[in-house]
Amino acid sequence: MAKEKKTMNLNFGPQHPAAHGVLRLILELDGELVEKVDPHIGLLHRGTEKLIEHKTYAQALPYFDRLDYVAPMNQEHAFALATEKLLDIQIPIRAQYLRVIFCEIGRILSHLLNITTQALDVGALTPSLWGFEERETLMTFYERASGSRLHANYFRTGGVHQDVPNNLLVDIGKFCETFPKIIDDLENLLTDNRIFKQRNVQIGIVTKEEALAHSFSGVMLRGSGVAWDLRKSQPYECYKDLDFKVPVGKNGDCYDRYLCRVEEMRESVKIIKQCLKKIPTGPIKTVDGKISPPTRDQLKESMEALIHHFKLFTEGYRVPEGKVYTAVEAPKGEFGVYLISDGSSKPYRCKIRAPGFSHLQAMDYLLKGHMLADVPAVLGSLDIVFGEVDR
Amino acid sequence: MNLTDLNKLINSELTTKIKNTNIENNELSIDVKVENLYQVILFLKTDEKCKFKQLIDIVAADYPDEEYRFEICYLFLSHENNLRIKIIINFNLDEKIPSITKLYPSANWMEREVFDMYGIKFKNHPDLRRILTDYGFDGHPLRKDFPLTGFNEVRYSEKDKKVIYEKVKLEQDYRKFDFDSPWEGTKYIDEIKNKGKQDG
Repeated sequence: MAKEKKTMNLNFGPQHPAAHGVLRLILELDGELVEKVDPHIGLLHRGTEKLIEHKTYAQALPYFDRLDYVAPMNQEHAFALATEKLLDIQIPIRAQYLRVIFCEIGRILSHLLNITTQALDVGALTPSLWGFEERETLMTFYERASGSRLHANYFRTGGVHQDVPNNLLVDIGKFCETFPKIIDDLENLLTDNRIFKQRNVQIGIVTKEEALAHSFSGVMLRGSGVAWDLRKSQPYECYKDLDFKVPVGKNGDCYDRYLCRVEEMRESVKIIKQCLKKIPTGPIKTVDGKISPPTRDQLKESMEALIHHFKLFTEGYRVPEGKVYTAVEAPKGEFGVYLISDGSSKPYRCKIRAPGFSHLQAMDYLLKGHMLADVPAVLGSLDIVFGEVDR
Repeated sequence: MNLTDLNKLINSELTTKIKNTNIENNELSIDVKVENLYQVILFLKTDEKCKFKQLIDIVAADYPDEEYRFEICYLFLSHENNLRIKIIINFNLDEKIPSITKLYPSANWMEREVFDMYGIKFKNHPDLRRILTDYGFDGHPLRKDFPLTGFNEVRYSEKDKKVIYEKVKLEQDYRKFDFDSPWEGTKYIDEIKNKGKQDG
């Protein structure tokens, strides 16, 4: 009698420490081998796209902080760029540099979280303790600029909300001096660590072609050897004036993706340092009074300013009709906003292209034939945050 | 190759299959009939010059008052040429859209999302289930006739000792003020620009 093949179904999550949020995986197992993965998502679905259709452009921006909440400003950036493209406005140089500085801080925030929690998933506790200390410092920078550690709401159409306080840039500079040492320490713990390598090398391999076919972007694409970074290939803001490298992996496994992230943090520090050197003084948002609100001082003296302030915060600014797609290189990959405007002060449709959505979709392809214990390792290296996957 | 070259190439190679092309905001978009969609995308993917090997996203939009109610926009990216392209189809609900999961495996979830949010059906899709909404959800939330508040709300019932679904009860109506005014908005920017051009 032929041996009957028995598979077991295992429900992983939605409440599981290694699920990085609320992921539910239905795993079909043959012994310990994974045969099929069916991710169930949407448990954190908040209807962001629907809500944005009912808000003005200025009110829609804070929703982007709540997508990928470990690197909030990178998301805001995509939306701000989309509206600016429709409005056809240029933002001041100082605002561009401020945006880049905070986006790179966001990149470090995100990569720190990912590297350390991935280490946690495969059994190392110390990196997360060390990494979170640095994240706290970085979030203090966010707080000093925007008043909030996480949900910054700092970017505006036409620039940023306000200029940074005195000394903040100096302190960021000081951080850039000390932080590479922290990266070295983390690398000491992980890069040559036998256990970490055993859990990550040759796990979750993605070839170049497959990475393209599965709509991978960011580190997931670069880890497989595709030198593609939107900051280089389709530069926005002042990225073309900055000198940085794009680290590329070779084998496309979890370990290469980890190495890419570590190198990207070093590059981000380099970018921030250059920005701090080059940043000019000047206005931090467009001087167009029909888009950026008047200052407090003006409000107290000018009727015109008062009227504009009222209209900007009730009706909002109107955006010319059109459809645009803008994308930024967020820490997790290509984060895009497809914006349809009907000429009113509210977006007609705002589609958010989250990199994590495509990455998570490839779970079935990535995990087929792997062991059950590799599930958290692969999941960790995909860098999933449910805020952006579920939207 | 730049956008205008690509535009020319597509116009000459696919003359019969496309409705029209236009470049707006530095983005190339192509209007296609539903029946030609698959072939156009196949061409873009496999042609030696185009090489649109990556599907970025599938975006649907609802226009209840138009002749064709729904619009789907496919966003593609070619890494070799560093170009993006948009393919747009307009159709009504009685039409079924060919699935492109065979060409791009990542289209699977994107089409599921479009189905979930708009109720648009795809032909030959391997697994057309809801994806983002709740298990047993009814309706398609991103349609314009779906209310922002939804129809049902969920809470834990102490009496029944389980999570129960109820009709939405709002203590206060959803506050939707009419702020629109004949305020000039941003039109004057164009005027200034055109003036600058005339003077210069």
